[in-house]
Amino acid sequence: MSLNLIQVILVIFVAFLAGVEGILDEFHFHQPVIACTLIGLVTGQLIPCVILGGSLQMIALGWSNIGAAVAPDAALASIASAIILVLGGQGREGISSAIAIAIPLAVAGLLLTIIARTISTGIVHLMDSAAKEGSFRKIELWQIAGICLQGLRIAIPAALILALGAGPVKALLSAMPDWLTGGLAIGGGMVVAVGYAMVINMMASREVWPFFILGFVLAAVTEITLIGLGAIGVSLALIYLTLSKKGGNGNGGSSSNTGDPVGDLIDKY
Amino acid sequence: MANQVKLSKRDRINVWWRSTFLQGSWNYERMQNGGWAFTLIPALKRLYKTKEDRSAALTRHLEFFNTHPYVASPIIGVTMALEEERANGTPIDDVTIQGVKVGMMGPLAGVGDPVFWYTVKPIIGALAASLAISGSIVGPILYFVVWNAIRMSFMWYTQEMGYKAGSKITEDLSGGILQDITKGASILGMFILAALIERWVNVDFSPVKVSSIKQSAGAYIDWSKLPSGAAGIKEALIQQSSGLSLTEYKVTTLQDNLNQLIPGLAALLITFLCMWLLKKNVSPIIIILGLFVFGVVMHVLGVM
Repeated sequence: MSLNLIQVILVIFVAFLAGVEGILDEFHFHQPVIACTLIGLVTGQLIPCVILGGSLQMIALGWSNIGAAVAPDAALASIASAIILVLGGQGREGISSAIAIAIPLAVAGLLLTIIARTISTGIVHLMDSAAKEGSFRKIELWQIAGICLQGLRIAIPAALILALGAGPVKALLSAMPDWLTGGLAIGGGMVVAVGYAMVINMMASREVWPFFILGFVLAAVTEITLIGLGAIGVSLALIYLTLSKKGGNGNGGSSSNTGDPVGDLIDKY
Repeated sequence: MANQVKLSKRDRINVWWRSTFLQGSWNYERMQNGGWAFTLIPALKRLYKTKEDRSAALTRHLEFFNTHPYVASPIIGVTMALEEERANGTPIDDVTIQGVKVGMMGPLAGVGDPVFWYTVKPIIGALAASLAISGSIVGPILYFVVWNAIRMSFMWYTQEMGYKAGSKITEDLSGGILQDITKGASILGMFILAALIERWVNVDFSPVKVSSIKQSAGAYIDWSKLPSGAAGIKEALIQQSSGLSLTEYKVTTLQDNLNQLIPGLAALLITFLCMWLLKKNVSPIIIILGLFVFGVVMHVLGVM
């Protein structure tokens, strides 16, 4: 389907917002479940976009900017794949191929982020000279310029896809044979594991693995909702913290230097 | 003293709002420094009036800074308290202020990452995503509202806490509370992650038929003997609910066998494989693309 002028402007605005949030990480407009929904909202294809957003959110759960590392770019992935889904006009049918398109886009977005962060290095040098003048106004302007730069990072690619139009996008999607889209849907079911694996690698310690096992086994009981599992998890954490403190008091000094820094700190507490 | 300069609540609200844009000029040289200076401007404007003072203040706040964007708030609070004292004549030098910033940003990032990125975000995200996948608009709304309510109240509360406690906050935070939060978050995180792997990683070997046994008469619904029309449908449903099979052949797929063993075992193994590859420094993007290729190949081979 093709979009009218107002829709085009709104889509580019949403893309800009997602780009800004991709770096700020505050309101989370760049998270797939929100970004895709907003694109769906302004283009009138709400439900397929919500479903796409939900699916991408599952894949992107573990993507986050830690320290200087840049995560695969959820902003470009969500915005561009949602636009392609809308332009393709296949509705729900197009969701699995849109998910597959999103992944290379996340890599492309990563490169754009690195470029934007490098340009920002120049911006802070301009801030340095503004500081020498004691000018608050200039620092504010440069900060806003930096933010806009991040917004354009997504808005420009979005505008390019819109400029290409529905025709080529549709042709590309319908040219994909069934074995490919079917296989990509299967792959899409598995790739969420990568995000989880990243998070586990950061959090795991010998102490917390038993809780992993508990969670895995309890999840097989389909009657327990995710909220229910959350409640069980919170309770387990509270019980563990309380008990480990009580145990610590009993052992006193004997348990110091056991090679378990957290245990030692709990003892001190 | 009569001419003490104090930061008003309005100044602190301004700073809180600006801290939303902390990462806006994130750069490879000094990371969040530009956003940090930008955030503090309302406070610095109130405290310093001469050009020299302002210039010096801005320069010292353009030093390297990087932490988790939300836990920057208590550091902002403490820094405001220190700047306020300095503006009122207490001898606090640049080194002290920079020292407090650097000293707090490391340990606090160590709390912010597991709590926000690895616990709150995956849990809210998974909840919202599971609603959204079923086509419900409640999913995205829930994510947006809950996430921002938690984030904004956390940032305001900790900034105020930092401002009121001043430099004492560093001591408070190095106590047990910080460790407890981190530990509790990683317990909850591991628990929920395992549940998410079981529920949301789809590895399905259904196309692989392990066995196909012809069942004895009476164990399945004999469709040719059903009455026609609605009565037939009713009869078929009654027979099915009394345990009769729908088909003449009982098909057992590889997936059925795996489910009897441990439901979600394949998903777990895929996750462990990913963890191992990540530890070997294989890029996550390569792994994701690899899984897509694997999916296509297995689909073509008729295994998945």
